[in-house]
Amino acid sequence: MTNEKDINKEISKSEASGRVSPPSGEPEGASFPGEVHPTPTGGVLVTAIDDVINWARSNSLWPLVFGTSCCAIEMMSTASAKYDWSRFGFEVARATPRQADVIIIAGTIVNKMAPVLKRLYDQMADPKYVIAMGACATSGGPFFYNTYSVVKGADHVIPVDVYIAGCPPRPEALLHALITLQKKIKSGLTREQIRMTKPE
Amino acid sequence: MTNDELKIKLSELVPPIAFEESAVQATPDGWLNVSVEPKDWHEFAKSLKHHPELRFDYLFCETCVDWKTHLTMVYHLESTQHRHIIVVKSKLDRNKPEIETVSDIWKTAEFHEREVYELFGVNFLNHPDLRLLILPEGWEGRNPLRKDFEDAINMVKL
Repeated sequence: MTNEKDINKEISKSEASGRVSPPSGEPEGASFPGEVHPTPTGGVLVTAIDDVINWARSNSLWPLVFGTSCCAIEMMSTASAKYDWSRFGFEVARATPRQADVIIIAGTIVNKMAPVLKRLYDQMADPKYVIAMGACATSGGPFFYNTYSVVKGADHVIPVDVYIAGCPPRPEALLHALITLQKKIKSGLTREQIRMTKPE
Repeated sequence: MTNDELKIKLSELVPPIAFEESAVQATPDGWLNVSVEPKDWHEFAKSLKHHPELRFDYLFCETCVDWKTHLTMVYHLESTQHRHIIVVKSKLDRNKPEIETVSDIWKTAEFHEREVYELFGVNFLNHPDLRLLILPEGWEGRNPLRKDFEDAINMVKL
């Protein structure tokens, strides 16, 4: 009898601490993937290495310094003290594509800029992610009609993972997009991850 | 110099430039507008710059407007010494838009005129280096800021 009780106790204990839950207040997406099974000397972590890699990658996204118009102002605002995207792991904006993980297309892409954007994307190391920020990068936005120079959506040039509406979007919207990208990476559903797992 | 004083001064200026009195008027933003024939423009520009009481030494905007029936060149001039401003406009024939360059008078006009050349197709006579400024190669002769510009591939018409 007592033995069974003890086992039940143990099970409920392990259920309670089954997932390493984040301290209250932290976003749900920040939790570590896997289960901890307590042992007398500490615990055993059961997880999948892919999940751990995705968790690590998603929490250390380095954006490329790339802004082509007014959305870049909002992006800079998101990076600076008031909104501070480094709270979520987008710590360092890199000025070289070789060191960047994510490219935030912050602004209008014109026909003359398109090959430059393509080259920057090609120069980024795998895995790489793309966020289309604002109306211009999504569809050409206000420059959709009657213009000779604007690319109608940056996804004509490079694949995009997350789109943000707005002209320009508020910093909160960009933060939301970045957190959405993190969730997407954790679930292994970004274009880059799908491309890598698929046989050619 | 106030607009009224400017007006008097301009009418006294070099005889060959005959601009109509009605063509000289202040716009609501308070800048004096002067219309000038393309053939008189270069001489007129020179006297605007060198006249000691005018001294328009700063061309802060040079652009063109397509009115469908004709083109209008627009020059905004300021004197850094006297702090007065005028706007000079010149009507051009839309089928053969030609005007004398002012890049020898105001050096900044060199780039402005290259831009107007590529976007509106205005031919600036005696310009030292008239070629495309921003548009990539292959745009010669296609002027995207003309109202009747068509581009079946890149443009979605509304």
